[in-house]
Amino acid sequence: MSNKEALFSYVLRLGDNALITGQRMIERVTGEPELEEELANANLALDYIGQARLFYSYAGELEGKGRTEDDLAFLRDAQEFRNFLLVEQPNGHFGDSIVRQVLFESFYLLQLQALASGDDQRLAEIAARAEKEIRYHLRHASKWLVRLGDGTEESHGRVQHSLDEYWRFTGELFEADSFIDTTIERLESEWNRQVTAIIDEATLSMPEEQRMDTGGREGKHGESFCFLITEMQQLQRTYPGVTW
Amino acid sequence: MVVTEITREQVFEWLRDVPDPELPVLSITDLGIVRDVTIDDHVCVALSPTYSGCPATEMIEQSVIAALHDRGLDDVSIKRTLSPPWTTDWISDEGREKLLQYGIAPPEKGGGKRALLDGMRVIACPRCASTDTELISEFGSTACKASYRCVACLEPFEYFKCI
Repeated sequence: MSNKEALFSYVLRLGDNALITGQRMIERVTGEPELEEELANANLALDYIGQARLFYSYAGELEGKGRTEDDLAFLRDAQEFRNFLLVEQPNGHFGDSIVRQVLFESFYLLQLQALASGDDQRLAEIAARAEKEIRYHLRHASKWLVRLGDGTEESHGRVQHSLDEYWRFTGELFEADSFIDTTIERLESEWNRQVTAIIDEATLSMPEEQRMDTGGREGKHGESFCFLITEMQQLQRTYPGVTW
Repeated sequence: MVVTEITREQVFEWLRDVPDPELPVLSITDLGIVRDVTIDDHVCVALSPTYSGCPATEMIEQSVIAALHDRGLDDVSIKRTLSPPWTTDWISDEGREKLLQYGIAPPEKGGGKRALLDGMRVIACPRCASTDTELISEFGSTACKASYRCVACLEPFEYFKCI
């Protein structure tokens, strides 16, 4: 694989993580527990869709086959997506979403910070833009996790369960990328430090060590992912090339 | 109009009349999203999005093209520029004053770098200037605003949040 191909697949993966995270959030629109969270969720989802567009546009240029951001989002099959399993997990209750956001965004923020000072200028520019947004997102999600973990017995029990359930998808975040993630080990220890601090603050317990589920990066997704893709792509698949 | 007759400063001046669609009290130059104007065989305006997913991006670009068309410039292109990334620190002092007059608390400078789990910031009420205010919601009517309430004068108000 040439450097350019490797960069293409890396940038595509960044786009996939952003798009699928955003799409799962969009599925929750009108399902949030209160109006303020409705506004928050929709606004935060919009940032992810915007970031996905920036990554996909760049990926399309790197590939050089004329594929646009829309082609990459709407005209690839499920197994061609390379997002983490963590971000594709089906939505459960509000606490599930908060735990997933904290685990993923703690990683994503560090990844963006590393890319923002990386060698690829275009990627550095996109990452510097996105980093400011994700910092705000993570602050929001972290505060909620503390509120829920350090809240009632019911909320504490529920988010502890979410944390234990999602933990097995966090190993995949640190599968080293031979091309760009030269800092992956440092990133993993920093992620562990930050996530542990948030979990402590939330009076939750760290999940036990366990076998990690991986496969998203090879395009091996769960069943629910196919439903997500089918719904997201329905319009373009039914009316190819449709615009408004 | 022959492009060579106009200056960069003139174009910047014209762009001062283009309002931000979500905060019409501010022009796009107050907001700090006009990054550059270059003039060679045509005019190119470099704009920087506030947020990656800002739904006003396309509309602002169309407004810039329309405003310059009205001034007789037919050949205008827009360049989207991400670097350096826009933050609320790019809002001009004049823009901050306009926000305050409009009833929106302007963002604190350098506020985007706060730690994840630190305490509340102090936001002054744009109506009575009391700092006895409380956060209602981190999110508001648009992606860039949070909702606050003044405990002293009871007025709810919006805060242009920092990134």
